[in-house]
Amino acid sequence: MSETPMVRIGDTLIVALQGDLDDATVIRIEEDVSAEVERSSAAGTLIDVSGLAMVDSFIARVLARMAGMIRLLGSQVAVVGIQPAVAITLVELGVPMGQLDTALNAEQGIALLARLRADDGRLA
Amino acid sequence: MTVAWPESARVLAITAEADLIAVRQALRAEAQSAGLGLVDETKLVTAGSELARNILTYATDSRGVLRAEQIADGPRRGVQATFSDSGPGIVDIDAAMTDGYSTAGSLGLGLPGSRRLVDELTITSEAGRGTTVMIVKWAR
Repeated sequence: MSETPMVRIGDTLIVALQGDLDDATVIRIEEDVSAEVERSSAAGTLIDVSGLAMVDSFIARVLARMAGMIRLLGSQVAVVGIQPAVAITLVELGVPMGQLDTALNAEQGIALLARLRADDGRLA
Repeated sequence: MTVAWPESARVLAITAEADLIAVRQALRAEAQSAGLGLVDETKLVTAGSELARNILTYATDSRGVLRAEQIADGPRRGVQATFSDSGPGIVDIDAAMTDGYSTAGSLGLGLPGSRRLVDELTITSEAGRGTTVMIVKWAR
């Protein structure tokens, strides 16, 4: 039974990370999300980080890893809601984030997931 | 001339990864006291999280201390945070300050990354004698 709050809207899974996260919680969220993506066969997953006032190198790495795992499970994935101060800090810190699909908010994230799915369909 | 307020410094033990939250909260509070804007506060807190992580990764028994205090230079206010441990020390400080250099198989961004996020970063370290990293972030 997971404690990570996740919401299903259509075939999109939305998970919100918020507050001050310690490493153990970040890892648990990663496990819970992967399990839920697999269980629900979600076609798209949004990781909402608008509630995070800080993302350090560990959290950034877990986010990238989580996105990779979700894609391996057959779901499109996008991170939404990166706060401007967090974005500036991550770029300056130098953590590689280029492989992550991102959108400004959940609404744009859902549109992005649909585009990614359509692109995937054309390549198939 | 920089002055500090030693009697109001926050001192935190860093001994477990759960302490990282206390480190971030302490630096956030100091940043707000000094009047740092949100971006500068975020950079300071993130740099602090990285430096505290280094202590957990490298220091003997993963033990270290954070000391955070307000400083002032004329009308300028800022935060000074000192991370110290009595671990093995840094043998090659120049290498440690290079992006991608890691003796623990990590990304190697903690020190050089933190350097970019703050206004001043000073490392004092000697092999076998421990390490002290002091960072300063001024309000604009």
